[in-house]
Amino acid sequence: MTSARSRWIARLSYAVGLLPLIAAGGAVADSDNYVEVSRGKALATAGDCVACHTAKGGAPFAGGLALQTPFGAIMTPNITPDNATGIGSWSADDFAHAMHDGRRPGGTYLYPAFPYPYYTKVTRTDIDAIYTYLRSLDPVSNSVSRNTLPFPFNIRLSMSGWNTLFFTPGTFAPDPKRSAEFNRGAYLIEGLGHCGACHTPFNAFGANKADRYLQGNQIDSWTAPNITNDMQSGLGKWSVDDVVAYLKTGQTGTTLASGPMKDVIENSTSKIPDADLKAIAVYLKERGAAGSSPPAPLPASDHQMQVGEAIFVDTCSACHTRTGAGIEHIFPKLAANVIATQDDPASLIRIIIAGGRAAATDARPTSPAMPSLGYRLSDDQVAAVVTYVRNSWGNAASPVSADTVKALRARVTGAAGD
Amino acid sequence: MTRRSLLASAALLFTATGAGARVVTKVLPWRPNEAYPVTPVAPDGYLFFTAQEAAVVDAFVERLIPTDDLGAGAKDAGVTTFIDRQLTGPYGGHDWLYMQGPFSSTPLPSQGLQSPLTPRQQYRQGLAALEAYCTKTFAGRGFVQLNAEEQDKLIAGMEKGEVKFEGFSSTMLFNAVYGNTMEGYFADPIYGGNRDMVGWKLVGFPGARYDYRDVMEKPNQAYALPPVGMQGRPAWGER
Amino acid sequence: MARRLPRKDVVIVGLGWTGSILAYELSRTGLEVVAIERGPWRDTATDFNIGTAPDELRYAVRHDVFLRPRQETLTMRNSPSQTALPIRKWGSFLPGNGVGGAGVHWNGQTWRFLPDDFRIRSHMIQRYGGGILPEGNFIQDWPVSYDELEPYYDKFEYVAGISGKAGNIKGQIQAGGNPFEGARSREYPTPPIKQGYSQELFTKAATNMGLHPFPRPSGTLSVAYTNPYGCTMAPCTYCGFCERFGCANYSKSSPQTCVLPALVREPTFEARTECEVTKVNLSADGKMATGVTYVDASGEEWEQPADLVLVCAYSLFNVRLLLLSGIGKPYDPASGEGTVGRNYAYQTGTGSTAFFEDAKFNPFAATGSLGMVIDDYNGDNFDHGPHGFVGGAYINNAYTNGRPILYHPTPRGTPNWGSTWKKAVRETYQRITNIGAQGSVMSYRNNYLDLDPTYKDPLGRPLMRMTFDYQDNERKMANWMADRCDEIAKAMGAKTTQVNRLVGPWSVVPYQTTHNTGGAIMGSDPKTSALNRYLQSWDVSNVFVMGASAFPQNAGYNPTGTVGALTYWGLDAIFKYLKSPAPLVQR
Repeated sequence: MTSARSRWIARLSYAVGLLPLIAAGGAVADSDNYVEVSRGKALATAGDCVACHTAKGGAPFAGGLALQTPFGAIMTPNITPDNATGIGSWSADDFAHAMHDGRRPGGTYLYPAFPYPYYTKVTRTDIDAIYTYLRSLDPVSNSVSRNTLPFPFNIRLSMSGWNTLFFTPGTFAPDPKRSAEFNRGAYLIEGLGHCGACHTPFNAFGANKADRYLQGNQIDSWTAPNITNDMQSGLGKWSVDDVVAYLKTGQTGTTLASGPMKDVIENSTSKIPDADLKAIAVYLKERGAAGSSPPAPLPASDHQMQVGEAIFVDTCSACHTRTGAGIEHIFPKLAANVIATQDDPASLIRIIIAGGRAAATDARPTSPAMPSLGYRLSDDQVAAVVTYVRNSWGNAASPVSADTVKALRARVTGAAGD
Repeated sequence: MTRRSLLASAALLFTATGAGARVVTKVLPWRPNEAYPVTPVAPDGYLFFTAQEAAVVDAFVERLIPTDDLGAGAKDAGVTTFIDRQLTGPYGGHDWLYMQGPFSSTPLPSQGLQSPLTPRQQYRQGLAALEAYCTKTFAGRGFVQLNAEEQDKLIAGMEKGEVKFEGFSSTMLFNAVYGNTMEGYFADPIYGGNRDMVGWKLVGFPGARYDYRDVMEKPNQAYALPPVGMQGRPAWGER
Repeated sequence: MARRLPRKDVVIVGLGWTGSILAYELSRTGLEVVAIERGPWRDTATDFNIGTAPDELRYAVRHDVFLRPRQETLTMRNSPSQTALPIRKWGSFLPGNGVGGAGVHWNGQTWRFLPDDFRIRSHMIQRYGGGILPEGNFIQDWPVSYDELEPYYDKFEYVAGISGKAGNIKGQIQAGGNPFEGARSREYPTPPIKQGYSQELFTKAATNMGLHPFPRPSGTLSVAYTNPYGCTMAPCTYCGFCERFGCANYSKSSPQTCVLPALVREPTFEARTECEVTKVNLSADGKMATGVTYVDASGEEWEQPADLVLVCAYSLFNVRLLLLSGIGKPYDPASGEGTVGRNYAYQTGTGSTAFFEDAKFNPFAATGSLGMVIDDYNGDNFDHGPHGFVGGAYINNAYTNGRPILYHPTPRGTPNWGSTWKKAVRETYQRITNIGAQGSVMSYRNNYLDLDPTYKDPLGRPLMRMTFDYQDNERKMANWMADRCDEIAKAMGAKTTQVNRLVGPWSVVPYQTTHNTGGAIMGSDPKTSALNRYLQSWDVSNVFVMGASAFPQNAGYNPTGTVGALTYWGLDAIFKYLKSPAPLVQR
């Protein structure tokens, strides 16, 4: 590792924000390597590669993070250009084969914990830029075990069947009926953004259900909400500017990102150029709406509602206010906030039990934190207050049982990391 | 372990700059489930007091704050349990106070607490001295055997420094019990006293509430909600 | 043997208000800054968790977030002829500990001193003749003026988000504010907080008496606010768990809410907590600091070299650190020589308690700064001629809390226990209010700080010794104020009043204020001050000392606003120093 190289990469950081993220229609990869590397860095930021390919306390991109899947833990590989332990010996074609088809050099299958079903949409030009960027990193020696799944999931050949059922390779094809901005947003979200990987429900085989794309999911005991344009449970009430603000600063006036989305914002979307954030927002708002219709709200006289109200008034209102209005830019609004009324209440439950810290960006550094109250409230009490929040001030959503809380509590207490 | 980046976590960095330092840099530290609640007192017997000592303390605190038509007094509020548990904690050993010598036996009143005795010692020695005084003065009757009037008179004497115990300052014992009684009667019920929030109900203190914006909108009006403690209130349901 | 660490540009001792502000402003220019704090890191949601914060026993009575006397305390005596004994348990004042310092558990009352406070000596002599100055006084004019500090007061108030009503904007008196205040350049950043029923009565009574009531400037905020550092605060909810507590809902100005979120993001900044600085190290000739030595939580000793040392450890501990490091000559009252430790001062508190026939004052709905104030008797806003004392006080009617362990008042003469007591406690709680006067304390030859000859801390270093008593001047002033308070209390319609006077020597036992000032004062003369007008040590030019230790004497206000202003004032000087390292004032 030479200091000259480090300085060179540092200088690149300044350039990233200025360059267009996408080689928009027709642009050829510039022969100037500096431009390519910085373009690749921006693309890698959009893809948030660093989030998975970095172990806790480890070197960036050197792999070793354990991804929990329903089938066991998968260790992310080292994608620094180390010859022995990373991808130093991979050609550009090798890298493209992995991104497009989910295959390693030599043909072995990658697990879709690596979201190649999304990365398949990325153009070869952009994949090459990412490749160039990764090769510009300092090689880090970090040997990661590839065989961590229990039998029978450790048989990678079975991915062939999975791919047949659930994977359609192919780069993104813009829709001529849509605006350039919409298509740009589509390319970003459906490809590098791989937002659907979290925001779409899984089937039993761990594949996203294509017919429920972006309609919400539970992941790592957090609720990834519906991000279609649905009025009841999606982004219907958000403006394009709201979406942009959320991705850029981690908050709108009434909602603050925490949990997994906090990291996405801090590592990835807050560093994406404004024009591309707008394209993403346009895509999400114009793509269409889909979501389940809400139930009738529970009456205030319901026993859970009564208990929940007492708890809410006594302890939650000091931040979220008595009417669930929240305080702009610091305490999320609960009234008429779709985050509170998703089909899946996991986020609400776990944030009460374990607490949570909102995204911090240079624009909004405060990162207000929801205090952990798991020590204070029993399962019944958490269930009651979550039910109350979900059915007050115009909100309507399914009530929550103490058993649901109990199961979630077991998963979130004692868990390292947020 | 989760899918998301843990790059940002810098909560406990053991760096070359000092294994014993907690270094904070780049991000505000945060861990899930991190809070520092006190352990709720379970009112099961006594951990410090002997049964006899507890009986004396019960009787003593009952005179200080009696059960009457205004509601439960200190004994029924669990003040003895409160004091017992406090004595087993850092308070009981003056763990946080400066307890290095030399200890002056002639401090100025303005110089405050100068005794080397910890609260545990004060109670153990003081209650023993009280019992010795009583049995000597009241023909073999201990404090618990005195009637209310006798107890009140004795306590008043201790308060004023007019009663002389053998080898222990009666005022010191009075001050310890009195101070801890006020604490126990008015502290959050989580500490074992103020049972059913009787102390708070006596004065009209709403407890561990944190939002009185509505009160500020309505000056000179009675507050409507019942008190709540750190463990909630009856309307929160069973824990 | 201390192990030496890589050099930093700046080392800051203590990460409270002054340390945080300087750390942020310096590190954002790219300087390598390390702040060393002996207490723990503190954060709102974990340490001031809403389910654990409202606990009077833990925080107000057992002092959970304060410095533990076991770790460090002072010895005290009232006069040099007595033997000082340790303050084994805090009472009169409650020093902070941990990141945020006293900024975590303060009340938020944020004031500017009056223009004439800065030149009190020459002003009083000019108006009344030198005879009015009390015997044995060490009163000095400040080496800075209000006008010089005005932009820095403004800066601090906007960073802290202070809620208030201006009384004088650029010379124009504003209705609803303090007509006596020094001119300010603009309004407060947020409007005044709400007041209670008692404050309504006070306002009416004071106005009818021809006095000028206004809302106390408050670090408990009235509305949501984002400060110039990008940090966001929420509106105060009047919870009554303010002073002695950390704020659970981001509504009290503090380093946590106003500075740390931006500070921590600065790539060249590092906070090292649970590390106690034991000494500022000096070069062989004693003229320059080379850095600090500190002990970490495991007991290991480290040396942190730096080009600039900023002492931000709280007024009292600043002075102790200077004494233990040999920076400046220790003050000796017998000879009158020496600079470090002299001009220690404090605050007076007297007043009148008012009992009402019928009222629901709801004392629990309160903030640390809630209150209506009159400044008519502060500074030299009134004619001192007939009274023969120097100094003044603001008079306020406030509730900061209704927490019943420490607040269960009864009329004087009520038995302290029994059924009679119970009945009186119940009847009094909602019907009692206090009119108080917070007054100035001058500095005197025999009120000072030095190192104790007998008592030591756990590291074996001598504790600091505080020799202090109220002098006749302060007693006269404070007791005169008590009568003024009583007048207002009666005018409010009280059924009975009880005057609370200053009697007897200053005692460590009852809480008064944590307004310890002086000991390392700023001045024009290096023979009678430790710092020049830029808070730079006269003796070691790469050491600056922040905090109320710089006050030559204390005025009739809480110190924090002035501490904040001096910090920003000092910051400008530090930048000047960094461009061209040298003494900024010639001796």
